[in-house]
Amino acid sequence: MTTKLLAGQDVEVDGEGFLVDPSQWNEEVARAMAKEEGIDTLTDKHMQVINFMRSEYMAKGTAPNIRSLGKTSGVSVKELYQLFPKGPAKLAAKLGGISKPHGCI
Amino acid sequence: MSEPIEKVSIIISKGSLEGVYPGLIMANGARAEGMDANLFFTFFGMDAIHKKRWGNMKVATVGNPGLHIPTIIGIIPGMSAIATKMMSSKIKKLDFPTIPEFVEMIADTGAGIYACLASADLFGFTKDDLVDQVQGIITVGEFYEKAAGGPIIFT
Repeated sequence: MTTKLLAGQDVEVDGEGFLVDPSQWNEEVARAMAKEEGIDTLTDKHMQVINFMRSEYMAKGTAPNIRSLGKTSGVSVKELYQLFPKGPAKLAAKLGGISKPHGCI
Repeated sequence: MSEPIEKVSIIISKGSLEGVYPGLIMANGARAEGMDANLFFTFFGMDAIHKKRWGNMKVATVGNPGLHIPTIIGIIPGMSAIATKMMSSKIKKLDFPTIPEFVEMIADTGAGIYACLASADLFGFTKDDLVDQVQGIITVGEFYEKAAGGPIIFT
């Protein structure tokens, strides 16, 4: 665990750069993280997916996997991969300040 | 720290339910982690991308000691259907996708899906027999070209 400066704010991150404490998250942190992941601008569609991930996580304690994301977020699997080419569920969780989805599918 | 894997190419050669799922899970998981992934279906594995067969794959009850039923029982007509039904209901309970849904989803993730030319010739399959997600019937040489730079996994 290390402390990192993101969007002018000190946040705790794990070895993979995921926030340890979801309450340290805000949209500015998400934008700063996105830049590091090669996503220059977070569009409304990106934010829709990120906010959906966060609300699912807050409600259920785990982040949805790619399949349920494709079924329930209102964004198709194909489009999810266009928005987050380096793994939509994993990246949207990271940019949403929550932990990585767990599970094999 | 070791270098992360950037790309995997997975060969699916078996034509049973339990022979196909692992490769699909690995390919989908690779894309979920942001890696590139190719799926190459060969021999009986081609049933998983065959229009008339992909929705009808069965668990092998003969020559499958992991199933823990005696082979003599496994040969009884209908046993494979029963074992398949049991496994399919478990798969459904766990909310795993069926094989057709899984192949469709993996295609949507942007993974490459290819069929083996030698096997297509052997079974007399053409592109029309195969599902739309298949991007091409390719030679082994073309497969190695696509796999260049990453590990190849044979299942």
